[in-house]
Amino acid sequence: MPPILQVHNLVKKYGDFTAVKGVSFDIQQGEIFSLLGPNGAGKTTTISMLSTLYDPTEGDATIAGHSILKDPMAVRRVIGVVPQDLALYEDLTARENLEFWGQMYGLGGKALASRIAEVLEQIGLTERAKDRVRTFSGGMKRRVNIGVGLLHKPQLLFMDEPTVGIDPQSRRAILDNVKELNAQGMTILYTTHYMEEAAELSHRVGIIDHGEMIALGTQKELTQQVGQTETLLLHISENDDPAALAQSLIGLEGILQAQASDHQVSVITPQAEDVLAAVVGAANDRGIKIRSIDIREPNLEAVFLHLTGRALRD
Amino acid sequence: MLKLLLIGLKDLKLMFRDRAAMTFMLLAPFLLTLGMGFVTGSFGRGGSGLSDIPVVLVNLDNRELGNALVDVFYSEDLSMLVEPTGADSAEAAYRFIDEDQAAAAVIIPAGFTQSIIPTAGTFSPDPVQIEIYSNPARPTSAGVIKAIVDEFISRVEEGRITGMTAMLGIPGIQDMPSEQVEALARGMFENAETDSASAAAITLKKVSQGADAVQFNPLAYMAPGMALMFLMYTVSYGGRSILAEKAQGTLPRLLVSPTVSYQILGGKIFGMFLTGVAQVGILILASSVFFGVRWGDPLGLVLLILAAVFGATGWGLLLTAVGRSAGQVSALGSSIMLIFGILGGSFISLEQLPPFVRMASKITPNAWGLDGFTTLALGGGLPQLAEPIIALLVMGASLFVVSALIFSRTNVMKR
Repeated sequence: MPPILQVHNLVKKYGDFTAVKGVSFDIQQGEIFSLLGPNGAGKTTTISMLSTLYDPTEGDATIAGHSILKDPMAVRRVIGVVPQDLALYEDLTARENLEFWGQMYGLGGKALASRIAEVLEQIGLTERAKDRVRTFSGGMKRRVNIGVGLLHKPQLLFMDEPTVGIDPQSRRAILDNVKELNAQGMTILYTTHYMEEAAELSHRVGIIDHGEMIALGTQKELTQQVGQTETLLLHISENDDPAALAQSLIGLEGILQAQASDHQVSVITPQAEDVLAAVVGAANDRGIKIRSIDIREPNLEAVFLHLTGRALRD
Repeated sequence: MLKLLLIGLKDLKLMFRDRAAMTFMLLAPFLLTLGMGFVTGSFGRGGSGLSDIPVVLVNLDNRELGNALVDVFYSEDLSMLVEPTGADSAEAAYRFIDEDQAAAAVIIPAGFTQSIIPTAGTFSPDPVQIEIYSNPARPTSAGVIKAIVDEFISRVEEGRITGMTAMLGIPGIQDMPSEQVEALARGMFENAETDSASAAAITLKKVSQGADAVQFNPLAYMAPGMALMFLMYTVSYGGRSILAEKAQGTLPRLLVSPTVSYQILGGKIFGMFLTGVAQVGILILASSVFFGVRWGDPLGLVLLILAAVFGATGWGLLLTAVGRSAGQVSALGSSIMLIFGILGGSFISLEQLPPFVRMASKITPNAWGLDGFTTLALGGGLPQLAEPIIALLVMGASLFVVSALIFSRTNVMKR
């Protein structure tokens, strides 16, 4: 079966600034694919191009066989979009919102009414259907926001950071909801800057940074890139020079790599405990004050750190 | 097309759920009308709200009916309403109007009485026409003068027809000499003048009824004046909602649904229009129910409301096209609402403003709309409403075209 989404060298420029620099990837039918990257990495811009909101500067993508450039209307019929920011009418009730958006997707009559009932059940808001969205908590609004994207049973659902700014309970409910949708056969492109979400949900992950896809694969494939290593993340005082410390660590026994970024130094080592004393000693020798130290086992964040020298949430 | 309607209806629903907007759209104009009504004492008297309308009278007839019409204007009943001035010739009267010293000139031609009450050998089948030379800058006052003259003429005409009908019923009239027929007709007309109710219309007593017929409830000016001023708020709010939807993410969400851009923009404009119609419709209905204003011709009223809202929607759209954010459109909208309110006569009758202001008022839907509503309140119908309605439609259409050109060059709907 051909991939439901094929992205070819997608580029988006705003004047001199290039937000997305030639991103390419595929998504298979039934997959949850996560685009993982820090804020400003180009995740939302990529989704905006794929959902036909913005025209790409270069490149193209096909969704269910339809080009986003040549047949955007056909693309819009097969995709669902859950935007990062709530896109609802707060003075309409949950049901009225679903009705309106369903009508925009060409649904109507009994089919729409029955689909609204299903979606309300799915997002757990049947009891609050007649209440205005304005009266909902942040988590409930997020669920309505997701419900709107599901109404027309899209073949491919774009979810752009759907858990930003909500309480842990609502976040859990949304993640469970995503897994349930996927279990029902829905293909999902999920963007997040939370490593744990990408790890929990995704069949495959694309790591994106500064508009470039820097790694792509299953979680296992990605963590293998850093091998059986651990990462020491040293947070140093703002007045000290991280590059000087990183430079002094390179070559020490047991240290494979040391990279400096804003006020921190990441050290990749087979065994963190073995090099800890040497690292602290080197910092003391140079009068560099260490504020805290994190030890990270191989995971997606370690992969990101390994690839960029920065933590995901920097 | 269906999506366009759905978007418009959604906006109408949202507008009517916004308490702040409702206060501005309905409560504020209603209360202001009420307040102005109390301040001007309009609830306590049934007389005319317009006063001392300057009118020039030229009586070239100088006989019974011509004098009767002049007397009407000098009658005590109309002493508060009109301020008549005599002139010797039509040319002199025209000068008064051209120099904006009067609202209208009434020129009673020589032979007017004779054409209606024939003397021996002068029978004329058609009466001579009275000329009303209106000041286009004072349409409301000119309308009042015209209504007074119309009422007078209709009473005279009634008496004339009554007399002729009676004559035709006289046996053997075909065989009578013409002098005898005319003398008989004159006698009957004069008898009718004193005896019959219809001919009594040409006396002062009947003319006072004519004055009642043009009684103008000042609330018929204040209510639409406020409605039209706050209509500008409504359309700017509607325009603002296009940019607000963009900021709050619902416009981008609409753009990634299978809905064409023109349906979205069309729906937003339709919503603006629909809300304006609902607002003005409710306020005009309220003016009838609570203030007793009689609007006359219902078809004319509906068409005038639609045209006024269309014209105002054009302005709302233009504001959206030039505004860079919802806040900016809001601020511009409030300014335009006040400027158009003053300029368009919502607060002060245009006739009390200098000529250049009256000229400038033509760019506002308020001025044209008020012209139309006043015409309706004075008993005018569709033919008299043609000018304001056409002006409002042309205004709306022109602004739509200009806005569309600006939209095509800016990125309001651009992805």
